[in-house]
Formats: sequence, C-alpha cells, structure tokens
Amino acid sequence: MIRPAAGTAAARPAAARTAAAAGTSQAETAPGSAGSGAAAAAGTSQAETAPGSAGSGAAAAGTSQAAPAAGTALRIEGVRKAFGANCVLKGVDLAVDTHQVICLIGASGSGKSTLLRCVDLLEAIDAGRVVFFGHDVTSPAVDEILVRRQMGMVFQSFNLFPHLRVLRNITLAPVKALGMTAADAEGEAMALLARFGLADKARDYPDRLSGGQQQRVAIIRALAMHPKLMLLDEVTSALDPELVGEVLDVIRELAAGGMTMLIATHEMGFARETATRVVFLEDGVIVEEGPPSQVLDAPQDERTRRFLGRVLSAGRM
Amino acid sequence: MTGTPPLGPGDPPVADGGVGLPEVGGAVDELGAGAFSRSRRGRLLRSQRGAVVTSTASTLVVLGAIVVAFLLAPGSRAVRATYFNAHDMWRAFIGDPHEGFYSVGRGLVVNIEMFTIGEVLILVLALLVALVRQSKSPVLFPLRMIAVAYVDFFRGVPLILVILAIGFGLPALYLPVVSSQSAFVYGVLALVLAYSAYVSEVYRAGLNSVPLSQIASARSLGLRPRTAMRHVVLPQAVRTIIPPLLNDFISLQKDTALVAVLGAVIEANRAAEIYSSTVFNYSGYTVAALLFLLLTIPLARFTDHLIARDRTRRLAGAT
Ligand SMILES: Nc1ncnc2c1ncn2[C@@H]1O[C@H](COP(=O)(O)OP(=O)(O)OP(=O)(O)O)[C@@H](O)[C@H]1O
Ligand SMILES: [Mg+2]
Repeated sequence: MIRPAAGTAAARPAAARTAAAAGTSQAETAPGSAGSGAAAAAGTSQAETAPGSAGSGAAAAGTSQAAPAAGTALRIEGVRKAFGANCVLKGVDLAVDTHQVICLIGASGSGKSTLLRCVDLLEAIDAGRVVFFGHDVTSPAVDEILVRRQMGMVFQSFNLFPHLRVLRNITLAPVKALGMTAADAEGEAMALLARFGLADKARDYPDRLSGGQQQRVAIIRALAMHPKLMLLDEVTSALDPELVGEVLDVIRELAAGGMTMLIATHEMGFARETATRVVFLEDGVIVEEGPPSQVLDAPQDERTRRFLGRVLSAGRM
Repeated sequence: MTGTPPLGPGDPPVADGGVGLPEVGGAVDELGAGAFSRSRRGRLLRSQRGAVVTSTASTLVVLGAIVVAFLLAPGSRAVRATYFNAHDMWRAFIGDPHEGFYSVGRGLVVNIEMFTIGEVLILVLALLVALVRQSKSPVLFPLRMIAVAYVDFFRGVPLILVILAIGFGLPALYLPVVSSQSAFVYGVLALVLAYSAYVSEVYRAGLNSVPLSQIASARSLGLRPRTAMRHVVLPQAVRTIIPPLLNDFISLQKDTALVAVLGAVIEANRAAEIYSSTVFNYSGYTVAALLFLLLTIPLARFTDHLIARDRTRRLAGAT
C-alpha cells in the first residue's frame, strides 16, 4: 500500500507532511519543538498562502508550558464530566502515543462519545486536563478552535454538510479555517478522494452516496485538515453490515500509515486486529486497558469479562 | 397432460371447495382472483374520474349560486354600479389629474416600490434580530433583551397603529432629519419595523431546524462560529424558511395598501380612495383589489411550487 496518513498524493508539501505525520525523529528527541514543529510542517501549504492563520495556530499552541513526554500525542488526566446530576466521566486517565491506535470499548452510555467530545473540546470538562502534544489545551488561555484544527473528528452519523457537494464538504475547512487557496484545497481533496476510490463522487451531493461512501468522505474531510490525531466515534455503527468493511479498510490504511487515532468502537474484531491498546470504559472510569490480546482474550477484571460475554452472546465478536 | 382429470388429484379440490373450507375458499377468491385484475383497476380509475366530474360540477353549482344570489339581490344593481362599473374602473385605472384623481395603476407602482425596498430591508434587519436572539455571548445580553422586546412589541401591535404612530408621530417630534422625511419613507419604515419582527421569528425557526450535529461537525473542523454560521447553518436554514418567508411577503405586498392612511402617499389604495370620494363610485377599490391579486397570486403559486419541491426532496432524502 501507499504511505497513507497525511502523505497525500498532493505534490509539493507532501514530504514535509509525511514527516509530520510520521512524527519526525526530532519531534521525539527534542520534545520542546515537537508541537510547534509538527504543526508548522502540517501547515506548510497554508503558511504560504495565509501565514496568519496557520502560523498563529502553531504559535498559540507553542506558547503553553512544559515539554511533553517523548512521543505522547495525547494525555487525558483525571477528566471529569457531568451533565447536570449525571456523572458521565468520573476521572479518566489515558495516554496516547504518536502512531498508536487506541480502541475505546464499553457498553452504550459508558461515556465513550463524551470522552472523545471532551478531547475535541466540544464539551467543557469539569475537572482534569487534556494535554495535546505537551500543551494543556483545556486551559482557558488556549484558543480551542486552533486546537480542533489539529484534531480530526468523525461521527457515527457522518454529519456531512447536505447543502454542499462532496468536494466542497472537504475543502470548506481547509479554505475557511486554514486559509488555503481553493485550488490547492481542491487538489488535495481530489487526491484524497482518488486514494479512497471516491474520485467520481466529488461533484455529488452527500445524499446521493451510500452510508459507507458518506462515512469515507467524512473521514477524508477530517484528513484534509492534516490532523495530528484522529478521533473516531463509532464510525461504522450507523452502517448496514455490508458497508462496514469499506470504512474499516480506510481506518486500517490510516493506521498502517502511522496516524494516531483514538477510536470508540463496537467492532471487537477490528479492535483486536488494529489496536495498539484496547481501553475498556465502564460507568465513566477506565476499568482495564492493555494490548488487545490481553484485554479481549484474557481480561483481568470481572466487569470486562461480563461486558465481553454480553458482546459475545450478541454475536458481535 | 390431458390425462390428468381421471387421476386422483383432479377431484379433491372440488370436494374441498364444496365441503371442507368454503369460507376460506371464498376469501381467497375475493383477494386472489379479482383484486388486481385490470377490470377492477379500471373500475377504480373510472370511479376516480367520476369523483372529479362530481366535484367540478358541485363547485360550479356553488359558484353559480353565489353569482345568481348576487345578481338577484335587491341591491345588486346599485352595488354593481358602484363597485363594478366598467367605465369607472377604467377611469380609476388610468387616472385623470384634471378631474382631481390619480391613476390606481400608477399608484400600484408605488406599492411595488414600497415592498421591494421593504423586503430587502426586512431580510437584513430580521436576520440581525434573529442572530442577536440566537447568540449566547454574555456580552450581547442587553442587545438580546432589546431584540426580545422589539419582537414582542411589533408582533403584538396592529400594523395600522404602527403606520399611524410613525407616519404622524415622527414628523410631530420636529427632530432634524427624522421628522422631515416623506410619507413614503415613514410608510416603508413602519412596514419594515413590523415585518422584521415576524420574519426574525421565521429565521429563528429556520436556524433552530439545523441539527446540532451539523454545528458539532463544523466546530470539530475548526471553523469559527461566524464561519460555521455563514457556511453551514445559514444556508441550510434559508432553504427551510423560503416558503414561510414568501408567505410573509405575500402579506407584505397587500399590507403596503395600509400606508394609504398616511394620505400623502399616492399608492394604489390611496388613488382608489381619492377616486371614490371625487366621483362617488367605489369601482376604483375594485381595480386596486384586482391589481393586488394580480401581484400576490403568482407569488402564492410560486410558494406552493417551492413547498411541493421541498417535500418531494425531503421524501427522496428519507429513503
Ligand atoms: N449533551 C448531553 N446532555 C446530557 N446528557 C448527555 C449528553 N451527552 C451524553 N449524555 C449522557 O452521557 C452518558 C454517556 O453518553 P455517551 O454518548 O458518552 O455514551 P457512549 O459510551 O458513547 O454510548 P454509545 O455506545 O451508545 O454511543 C449517557 O447517559 C448520556 O445520556
Ligand atoms: Mg457514543
């Protein structure tokens, strides 16, 4: 396979981007520069057209404090979140290293979506921190919009913009948020579409596409921002069984290309095969985590065993 | 092949049908054999055609009865002479300054001017009011309160009072600029203030109809709230509000006639008023009414068309 991740077929800045996605060695050895260095590399193309937006993104992220542990993309520290009286996250700690694929599993209502939304700063957390490439992005001083531009989020229900054609769905954010020229953004979008076999859908409206195609477009739309972390929230749950595979293939390809991903999923087979680590969430806390072979095949905790038993009897494993 | 009758299987059905399951056999027959045959469908079609003929006929009878009642009414001749006098209608339409009255047709152009200018201003003002009301920023709290009060006030007060208050009230203040405008300007101002209150609610309904998941996805892409509003939320909202918006504009078209109360604006209704008081014949009003219908009916049909198109699209999207 081709080198996926951010290494798009788009010509010129591809090298820089691949380096960023692959987590350049200097990013790991010289942690201080990791965040801003990677950000700058990821933002190469737009830095040329609109230095203001991309540059300030890196700068804003770069102003925060301390150096990160080497290669840590994301660290969730004691995150709590309640909706009214309903405590959904009760102190979650989780670290994701670059190029790792972490699969979040857990029963419905266990807080997987909420955790991902908190990481993407779509929900304000009540306590704890989210540290993204060494920067506490939950601190009030951080412009959360600049942070979101470096994380890609894909939702269960695709959420493509129904009034925009596929191509425009993908280029909207690169053009409006990163200041890329329409031509550059379209070039990259077409390259991504072609890579995932959707080039002929570029001019269609989303409702003309199958669910699987829509979800692949949604993934491409997130990729077009050159995220340093992808958050996938049960991206196959709304799909007919025969369409699940094509979406999982895309995610596998991203994983093979070194993309760092935090994935909430009910697809145990997929988690077993793709995840670096599986994290079992129940009732707002992480009950167990480890390599898939350990968590899925030899769970230590009684609650994990019960959950997996239920999943097994539901035939989802 | 032809030898089947003597064999066993030939007989039992007859016996069954006759003895065993008569009522089941009957039911199957009714559904199975006859149900979808062409003759039945033809009958349905024919009865449908019959229904159309019946309804058309009854409509014509009712309309005819109204016309007959109108023609036979004791005062019919007088009413026809005052409201439907062809000669007066034509005179009112073209106007005659020497006789002291204006053209209702020309007046209508003023109405058209009023609502085209008004519509543009309403679209802008109403959007601003709706956006302020939708805003969440604490900084905008005072503005939000003003917007709420504005909408409550202008939706509650009859339009005619708004026109009178502005058309006669503002000049009476003797303020610079504000008090020295033409009645046309006051008329348009009153219409804009009143209608923006309604239309801002239409906008708000449209904005709220956009699913939160769309906003979440725009935010997750790192779009600023203003960009998300402009490129994601508004375009989707506008699509759903166009029919109700056009309905409001149909009302606006006819409500421009109310500006006639200011006297100084010679629009269609005012021209008709002057004609009737000069000639003592109300046919001018009939002309004005007909002209307004000529304007509003096409817009009404266009609105219907958009609603129907939207409906088919939504049905197609639902599958
Ligand atoms: N915006 C919200 N307001 C109030 N409660 C919420 C909100 N979002 C989530 N919740 C509650 O938080 C709890 C966890 O929800 P969450 O969506 O995170 O679970 P999940 O693990 O993703 O479940 P699923 O597998 O069904 O997607 C649920 O009880 C839900 O009702
Ligand atoms: Mg969920």
